[in-house]
Formats: sequence, structure tokens, C-alpha cells
Amino acid sequence: MKKTGGQILVESLLLEGVDTIFGFPGGAVIDIYDALLDCPLRHILVRHEQAAVHAADGYARSSGRTGVCLVTSGPGATNTVTGIATAYMDSVPLVVFTGQVPTGLIGNDAFQEADIVGITRPCTKHSYLVIDVKDLAKTVKEAFYLASTGRPGPVLVDLPKDVIADSTEFHYPENLQIKSYNPTYRGHRGQIQRAVKLILNADRPLIYAGGGVISSSASDELTRFARALSIPVTMTLMGLGCFPGIDELSLGMLGMHGTYRANMAVTNCDLLIAVGARFDDRVTGKIDEFAPHAKIIHVDIDPTSISKNIQVHIPIVGDAKDVLKKMNKLIQEEKRDWGDLRKEWLGQIIQWKSTYPLAYKQKDIIKPQYVVEKIYEITKGDAIICTEVGQNQMWTAQYYHFNKPRTLLTSGGLGTMGYGFPAAIGAQIAFPEKTVIDIAGDGSIQMNIQELATVAQHNLPVKIAILNNRYLGMVRQWQGLFYNKRYSHTPLEISPDFVKLAEAYGAVGLRVTKPEEVVPTIEKALSIPKAVIMEFLVEQEEDVYPMVPAGAPLSEMLLV
Amino acid sequence: MRHTISALLVNQPGVLARVTALFSGRGFNIESLSVAEAQDPSTSRITIVTRGNDKVIEQVTKQLNKLVDVIKVVDLFNTDYVDREMILIKVKAEANSRAEILRIVDIFRGKIIDVTPKSYTVEITGDEEKIRAIITLLQPMGINEVVRTGKVAITRGSKGIE
Repeated sequence: MKKTGGQILVESLLLEGVDTIFGFPGGAVIDIYDALLDCPLRHILVRHEQAAVHAADGYARSSGRTGVCLVTSGPGATNTVTGIATAYMDSVPLVVFTGQVPTGLIGNDAFQEADIVGITRPCTKHSYLVIDVKDLAKTVKEAFYLASTGRPGPVLVDLPKDVIADSTEFHYPENLQIKSYNPTYRGHRGQIQRAVKLILNADRPLIYAGGGVISSSASDELTRFARALSIPVTMTLMGLGCFPGIDELSLGMLGMHGTYRANMAVTNCDLLIAVGARFDDRVTGKIDEFAPHAKIIHVDIDPTSISKNIQVHIPIVGDAKDVLKKMNKLIQEEKRDWGDLRKEWLGQIIQWKSTYPLAYKQKDIIKPQYVVEKIYEITKGDAIICTEVGQNQMWTAQYYHFNKPRTLLTSGGLGTMGYGFPAAIGAQIAFPEKTVIDIAGDGSIQMNIQELATVAQHNLPVKIAILNNRYLGMVRQWQGLFYNKRYSHTPLEISPDFVKLAEAYGAVGLRVTKPEEVVPTIEKALSIPKAVIMEFLVEQEEDVYPMVPAGAPLSEMLLV
Repeated sequence: MRHTISALLVNQPGVLARVTALFSGRGFNIESLSVAEAQDPSTSRITIVTRGNDKVIEQVTKQLNKLVDVIKVVDLFNTDYVDREMILIKVKAEANSRAEILRIVDIFRGKIIDVTPKSYTVEITGDEEKIRAIITLLQPMGINEVVRTGKVAITRGSKGIE
């Protein structure tokens, strides 16, 4: 029996095991939306296409499954670009279906036409324009395969209206072969042996773990490895949660707003073991003075990440999980007392920690750090935390201790304000029973605030904590430090009444002005089974410290 | 350093755009690029001449390899290879220079492929030096137009990269 393109798409999604898609209808995708009515796929109607992509992204990051969205042609498609670029930079598996004008009109500047394949070429892992309905099923199969294998990433599938309306026999391929695509999963044995030898002979080794550890579900292997050899671990923003934040070997985050001990450890280590991290400029600071005394081992599934920013001594291309497993096997026989052997190195780190710990003083006005710390204590770390971008994100990274992978959802690479709230929606849908909290600023939250309607429509109990300092805080901080306090366009003089706004959307709004109200308000919000906005009026000009000024070496931190 | 990179691609629409977008997006430069169907018509072969230090060239080849539609990438720099380029030159041919032009073209084993009372169109194939040399020699006669194919390259020996 023949099926329409719309039906084929929907059935292919079901065969891929998709249960939820995030989208927004439009003229070019009406046929697909028509097919959706007759199938068990759950469709989450967002209020802006950008949010559809971020929500699918949040769903993917929290669950490890591939996120799916569906939008129409033209503006529907162009609205997804920021979401796609966000997912691309952070290696999140997504398949984005965009409508397109009928094939006969492509290139004619037709109504709601945009060359979305062209526009997204630099920020997708791969993309397709389907021009024959007979290719549709195979294309969907390939798209899911590419998105979720190797270094994951977003794949875009552009669907002209006539292709979707056309019919053909439906046959979903069981296997596929893409001869030009063969990601390397298995680390080279010889390289791994050389690496282990170097590790066993190092005096001051340090693990620098990134998002790749989480993508490859290698947290257990990493934790086992670090503990077996008593090697301290610092994490990138994307890596937080891949190693327990409260473990005594954890140094927290490194980089521009990393902890003093993490940055000092990088600067003084004699061996740096980078796993699933890419030596981003926000991590390395001045690249020439990054880990100046260290030999570097770099494990990454993406060969382009290796030797891109920094020369490494032992490159290992492969999946973090596979490589760490092999390393763990090789060190099984090691019976030395590593705790004792590392005494000096770990002692030095403890000393750095006690010299300049992360700290703030809570006085009359609520400190944003205090709010984050209390959220951590009250949730006991057992929540999915999303952030926006800026100070809210850095305080979350510093003061919330992530102990499990996939519990921090944040836009690390692209730094997308407006990411956190829709990502929280996606995470809440993946985990209906879990506490999901978006820690936001008063600037960022307004970039996708319209999604309060989505939350209301689907009865999602997402919690939003707005650290309201009435500024675009991070830019203000830079203006304060490097631009002589010339606060050009960073004061947010007008914002909505967030409490009333929450109520207008059928959510609950709670305003907190005094430090003593912080804990009871968080507790109250968490007990309400619907969406809640907590607005914390925080210290207006609080800065994020430590801070390594852009382009400075990691050892040169501003500490207060 | 100048490198000649040869790559085998899946022959389908948009692939060349991916390659060129990669170069422009990452700030790699292209000195010349030639592309056509390969021996297996489902693939196409490109030859890119690019410039950069070792680190840049390493990224160029890795990034090209990362494209899903790229089957194989070979940097010919450290291999033994031959390269050729074809050039078409429209040169002014007045009564007093016609014979001289013919002699030069003959020395370079080129061909005259179009003739008018006032011009010759010359076809020359060769390596870079040869191309440069003939341009220099024809320059005094007055060159109206030059069209070059860009380099194509192949490794020496019996084995191909495909």
C-alpha cells in the first residue's frame, strides 16, 4: 500500500523509537501535521521555533536520546538557526525537519522560502534536501544515524511540500551504509599503552574532562580511573557532572571563571589528560601559557579537535568510554599506594583550595551565589539544572555541585541566552517526575519567555529561578572591569513584573527580596506541582570571581 | 607552505558548496580548485591548492575528512606526484607578431584553437613554471584574456588513491 510522504515521515520516526517531537506548524508542513493527528507521537507545540530546537536539545542532553523538531519553511526554518548552532557547538544529537516550498518553486523567491540547507551548512553535522519521496525513509534513517553516532550533532532534513504530499511504497531500511562516514570508536592500543605509561610515571597528573565524557556515557569509567590512581579531575562547563563534584578529587571547573585550585593545578601539573574536551579559549586563557609544564594526552572522538588549538604529545582518537575502559584494564595490576604517592600533589591542591576558596558574604541583600547554593542544598543535587548564559550560568557552575552526568544543561559553546528555559521544557518532558530548574538572569529569561504558554499547555512543573540584578550582568561586569564602569546599555531599566507575568500565563510567581526568604521560597516552589517563577532581587553589582581576563594566562586570576 | 590536496567526494548536489563553505568559514585559503566527475561516476574528484603552515594544513585535511560526503582526502605534499594546468590565452596577433607567436606556441607544444585577423587563442597545458613562462613571453604582444583551469594532480606510480 502506498503512503504519503507525511505518513512515511511519521512512521519512520516511530520506528526510530521517537516518542516526542517539538514543533510549530505552517503552510509547508500541513501534510505532516495532518499525519501527526493519527499517530501516537507526542507533539509539543512551542510558541517560537527557536524554543522547539532548544527543547529538543534539552530533551536530548538530559536523556541521551536524539531530539527531534519539526517546523515550517522560511521563517519557521530560519528561527531554528540559533538552536541548531547551539546544539552543533555542544555536540547534541538532533534531527531538525524543516518544511520547504514545492520543488518546482525552489530558487524562485517563493512565499516563505529560505535556503535553510545553505544557511545552516556551517552549523549542522550534515543536511539533506529530499527531492523524491522514494528517498525519504532512507534519509530519515541516515539522519538519525549521523546525529547520534561519532561526535553527535544536529542534522537537518529539508522537506519540500510536494515531496511530502507525494506517495510511494513505504519500506524502512534496516541497515545502512555510508561509505564516506566511519567514526573511530576504538582507541589505538599502542597509543593507549604509551599514555598509560606516561600517566603511571607522572608526579602531578591532572584529568581535564569535557562534554565528550558525558556524550559517550563514560562517567563511570572516568571516575574509576581517577580514583584508582588518585588523579585530581577538573571539568569544563560542558563536563560538569561527569565526575562527582563533591568528590575530594574534584577541583570543579577550570578556565575563565574556574576555581583557583583548578587553574593553579593546570598551570603546575606535569601531565594533563584531556578527555572529550577541546581546549576552548574560555578554558585555556592565553594558549601559550596553558599547562606550561605538562605533557598532554588528548582523547577525543573527533580528530579535528586534536592539535587544533594546542600541540599534544599523545593523541588518541576514539570514544572516551572505549579508551577509558582499556586504560582501566591496563592499570588493574597496579598495586602501588597512589593516595600516598600523590600526597604532595593533592596536599598542594588542598592548600590552593583553602587559600582562595569560592566565597561570598551574605549580608542584607540577597547574593546570587547564595540562591544557587541553597537550590543545591534543598534539591540535594538531585535535580536537572538548566541555565541561561552569563553570570547566572557561571554562578551555577561554581556553586551547584553536579554529581551526576546529564544534570546540567547549559549552552557552553555558543553561549545562547534564552537556551535554558526551553531546554528545561525538553528535560521535564524526558523526565516528568524529576525536579527541573532553570537558573536564569532577568535578561536571558526574556529571550524565550513566551514558552510560559507551552509550559501551561502541557502542565509542566518547570521551575524558574530568576536572579534579578536589573542588569545584563556579565557584560556589565566586563564594562566595570575593563571599560571604566561605562555601563553602555546594560542596565535593564524596564522589565515586566515577573510575578504578574507568571500569573498571566497560569503559572505561580513568587518574589523574594530578603535573604531569609530564600530557603522557604525555594522549598515552597518545589512543593507546587506546576510551573513557578521565583524572582530573587539580588545584589545588583555582584561580579563573578575568580576571573581570568580574556587573553591572560590561567594563573593570572582576578580573585575579588 | 603551498599544498596540493586531492579529495574524493560523493557526487551529489551541494557537496562542492560544503567544501568551499568549509574553507571560507574557517579562514582557509583556496588558490585554485578544480572539480569533475571521477572514474566512478557516483564520485567526484577535487584538487585544491591551498597555503598554510603545518597546523593549518592538518586542520584542512581533518576538517575535509569530517564532512560526511567526503570519502578520501590526500595531501600530496609529501608524495611523489605530477600536476598540470591548462590555460587559454587570447593574445593580440598583429601582422608583425603573428609569426613570433606561432613560434612561441610551437616551442611550448601549445595549440592555436581560434584565429581572428587580430588575435590568436592559444591552448597550453603544463606545470606552473611552463604556464608562467608562456605568459611572460606572450605578454609583450598584448594579452586580452586569460582563463585557467586550476591545477589537477595525480600521484606517480601505478596505484591510484581511489
